[in-house]
Amino acid sequence: MAIGERDPHSGHLTTGHEWNGIKELNTPVPRAVWFFLILTVLFSIGWWILMPAWPLGKTYTKGLLERDERQLVNERLERERMKRSDWTSPILARSAQAILADPVLMNAVREDGARLFGDNCAACHGMSARGGMGFPDLTDNDWLWGGSADDIARTIDFGVNSSKSPYSHRSQMLAFGRDGILDNDAVIAVATYVRSLSDATSARGDSPQAVATGRTIFAENCTSCHGADAKGNRELGAPDLTDTTWLYGGDLQTVYTTINEGRQGEMPAWEMRLNPVERKILTVYVLNLGRHR
Amino acid sequence: MSGLTLNERQTGIAILIAVIATGIVMAAAGASRADVLEVHGYIVALVGLALLWLVLPGYFAPLPKNDRTASYYDDPTRAGVILAMIWAVLAMMVGDWVAWLLAYPQMTFDFAWASFGRLRPVHTTGVIFGFGGNALIATSFHVMQRTSRARLPDQLSPWFVLLGYNLFCVLAISGYLMGITQSKEYAEPEWYADIWLVIVWVTYLVLYLRTLMRRKEPHIYVANWYYMAFILVVAMLHIVNNLAVPVSLAGAKSYSLFSGVQDAMVQWWYGHNAVAFFLTAGFLGMMYYFLPKRAERPIFSYRMSIIGFWGITFFYMWAGSHHLHYTALPQWVQTLGMTFSVMLLVPSWIAAANALLTLNGAWDRVRDDATLRFMMMAAVFYGLSTFEGSFMAIRAVNSLSHYTDWTIGHVHAGAMGWVALITFGSIYALVPWLWKRERMYSPALVEAHFWLALAGTLIYVFAMWNSGILQGLMWRTYNDSGMLTYSFIETMEAMHPYYVARAIGGLCFLTGAVIGCYNIWMTIKPSSLASSTGDEAPLPSQLQPAE
Repeated sequence: MAIGERDPHSGHLTTGHEWNGIKELNTPVPRAVWFFLILTVLFSIGWWILMPAWPLGKTYTKGLLERDERQLVNERLERERMKRSDWTSPILARSAQAILADPVLMNAVREDGARLFGDNCAACHGMSARGGMGFPDLTDNDWLWGGSADDIARTIDFGVNSSKSPYSHRSQMLAFGRDGILDNDAVIAVATYVRSLSDATSARGDSPQAVATGRTIFAENCTSCHGADAKGNRELGAPDLTDTTWLYGGDLQTVYTTINEGRQGEMPAWEMRLNPVERKILTVYVLNLGRHR
Repeated sequence: MSGLTLNERQTGIAILIAVIATGIVMAAAGASRADVLEVHGYIVALVGLALLWLVLPGYFAPLPKNDRTASYYDDPTRAGVILAMIWAVLAMMVGDWVAWLLAYPQMTFDFAWASFGRLRPVHTTGVIFGFGGNALIATSFHVMQRTSRARLPDQLSPWFVLLGYNLFCVLAISGYLMGITQSKEYAEPEWYADIWLVIVWVTYLVLYLRTLMRRKEPHIYVANWYYMAFILVVAMLHIVNNLAVPVSLAGAKSYSLFSGVQDAMVQWWYGHNAVAFFLTAGFLGMMYYFLPKRAERPIFSYRMSIIGFWGITFFYMWAGSHHLHYTALPQWVQTLGMTFSVMLLVPSWIAAANALLTLNGAWDRVRDDATLRFMMMAAVFYGLSTFEGSFMAIRAVNSLSHYTDWTIGHVHAGAMGWVALITFGSIYALVPWLWKRERMYSPALVEAHFWLALAGTLIYVFAMWNSGILQGLMWRTYNDSGMLTYSFIETMEAMHPYYVARAIGGLCFLTGAVIGCYNIWMTIKPSSLASSTGDEAPLPSQLQPAE
C-alpha cells in the first residue's frame, strides 16, 4: 500500500486509498467532536440514572427521581379540577336563569362555551351558530324542540333521532311522494299551499285552485304533526310552516323535495360525550345566544 | 436487451412470463371474491406484457462482445435516473395538490380516490420510494462499480431489481387510490406487494455483495458502507414490520401480526429507521461519492467517516420510540428513545461536517457550480434537520411539537433540503458522465433549479415552523377559568395562511424539478453535444486478483 501523500491545501496526509479518483485525508478527529460525543453520552447516562430507563426482565430501572409520569399527570389534573370547582360547582348547582344573572359565571360560560361550541357543535350549526341547510339557527329564538333551559338541556343531552339514547327526541317527516301516500300532483299542490302560508307574494301568483286543493290535502295528511293552523308542534319537533324560518329551504322546489322524500334530521346525544359541567355550560351558552336577538 | 447474453435473455423472458402468469392468477383469484386484488392482477400482467413486448424484438439482436467485462454496465443506471426524475415530478405534483387541498378542502372534487387519505400516501410513497429509491438504486449501481473497479456480475439482475422495484411502487400507489392500505405509515402496501419487494430487495442485496466480492480495490469505500447499511437494514425493517396474515390468499386485506402498543413500537422502529437507513444512510452513500468527485477534493477525514458511520448505524436503531412520547408506550422506552436521539446528533453532525470540510479548498467551485452547490446545501440541510430531529426528540420539546405541522416542516427540511438536493446534485453530476456529454445542456437551468429548490424549501419549512408552533401553542393555551382557550377549528383558521404559503413553496420546488427534467432530456437526447470522455479511466481488461 502506497504511503499517503500530503494534501497541499490542508497539509494533512491522505490515507493512501484511492477509489476512482477519490482520496481521503487522515485528518484526526477534532477535539470538539470528542467533547460533544462524551457530553451527550454523559447526559444520557445521567438521565438513565434519574429516570425510568432500562428493562430488567419483567420490570425496569425506576430511576432515582422515581418519577411516574402517569401518576404526575393524574395528580395535576386533579389539582386543576379542584381549582376550577370555584366556578364549576356553582354552574352545576344553580339554575340557568341564576347563571345568566351572574356576570362572573357568565364570563366563564362565554369563554368556555365558545370553545366547547366550536369543538362540538360548530361542525353542523356553524361557528356563528346560525345553522345551515338541515341544521337550525340557534340565534333566532325560533325553536323546534322548545327554547327553555330545560328544553335545550334535554335536546343537548339526548339528541334528536339519535340511535345512542333511548330518551332522544324522535321526529320523522314521511316521504309522502316517494312512499306513495300522495301522488305527484298532490305533492305539488301541498307544496304550493305550504308556501302560500308564509309568502303572500308568491301565493298571488299561484293558481288559487292548487292552493285550495293543497289546503284540503294538508288538512288530511299534515295536521297531525304540524297542527290545523300549520304552526307546528314542539312536542314532535314539527316546524311552524307559517313563519319565514326554513330548516331545509322555503322555495317551491325544496318544499316539494321535503314533502316528496321526507326529512329526518339527526343530532347526537351528548350525554355520553361531554361531562355535566360542559353540557350545562353549553345549555346556558345556547340560551344566551338567542337572548340578544 | 442487446447487452444481455443469450442465457440472460432466456431467463429474463421466463421471468416476464412468470410475472404475467402471476398477474393472471391474482386477477382470477381477486375476481372470484370481487376483490380489488383483481385490478392489481391486471396491472401486474399488463406490466409484464408491456415489458415482454419491449424486449422480445431484441432477442435476436447480436450478442454482446466478450470484452464487455472491460467496461462498466451502465444501462440500468441510465434507466434508473430517468425513472427517478419521472417519479419526482409525479410525486411532487401530487404533493403540491395535497398542499393546496389542505388549504382549500374542496379540491378533492368529490372523488373518493382524490381524498386526502389516499393522495397523501401517493405523495409520500412516490417521493420516498419512487424518486428516492430509484435514485438510490441507480447511483448505487454506478458508485459500487466505480469504487470497486468491477463490473456488475451480470446483466440481468440489475434490470430485475430496478424494474421489479418500480412494479412495487406502481402496485403501492395504484392500491392507495383504490383504498388498499395496511394503515402503517410508509409501509402502506399490502402483503402481496410486500412479498414481491422482499424478492426484489434480496436480489439487490445479493447483487451488491457479488459486485463487492469482485472488487479490485483492497478497501471498501465509505459510500459502499452506507449503501450496504441501507440495503441490509431496509430488508430487515421491511420484513419485520410487514409480518401479517392475509384474510384470504384471494384478497388484498391482511392483518398485522402485532397489535396495540407493540404494533406502534414496531411501526415506529420501522418508520424511524426508514428515515435513518433509506433517507439518510443511502443518501450519505450518494454524498460520499458525488461530493468529493465533483469538488475534486479528498474526503476531509477518514477517521470522521468511521465514527460517523458507526455512530449513525448504532444510535439510530434505538431512537424510534421518540415518535411515541406521551403515549401508552412505557416511559422507560421513551427515555431510551430520547437519550439515543440526543447522542445521535454528534455522529450526524460528524457526517455533515465531513462533507462541508471536504469542500475546503473548493469553495470557489461551490460559488460557480450550481451542481456542487446543490450538494453543499444538502449537507447544510442534513445538519440542520438532524439537529432539529434530536431537539424534537426531547420529551419536553416534543410535548409542544408532536402532532403539529412542525413535524411536517422537519420532515420536509430533510426530504427537500437534504434528500432531494443531494439527489439533484448527484444526478446533474452523473448525467453527463453516463451519456458521455461534456456538461449539462444548460448550466443556467441548473442554476435556476437550484434557486427554485432552495427558495421552495425555505418557504415550505418556515411556513410549517410558524404554523406548527402556533398550532402547538394554541392547543395548550388555557384561559383564566382553567379551560382550553381555542377550539380546534380556530387553530385550523389560524393555520390557513401558512398552508397557502406551504403550497407556494411546494410549487417552486416542483417547478425546479420540471426544469431539471427538461435540462436532462436536452442533455441526453441523441443529437446533443457529445464528448468522448467519461469520468473514469477504462477498466483493466484482464481481471486481476484483489491487491
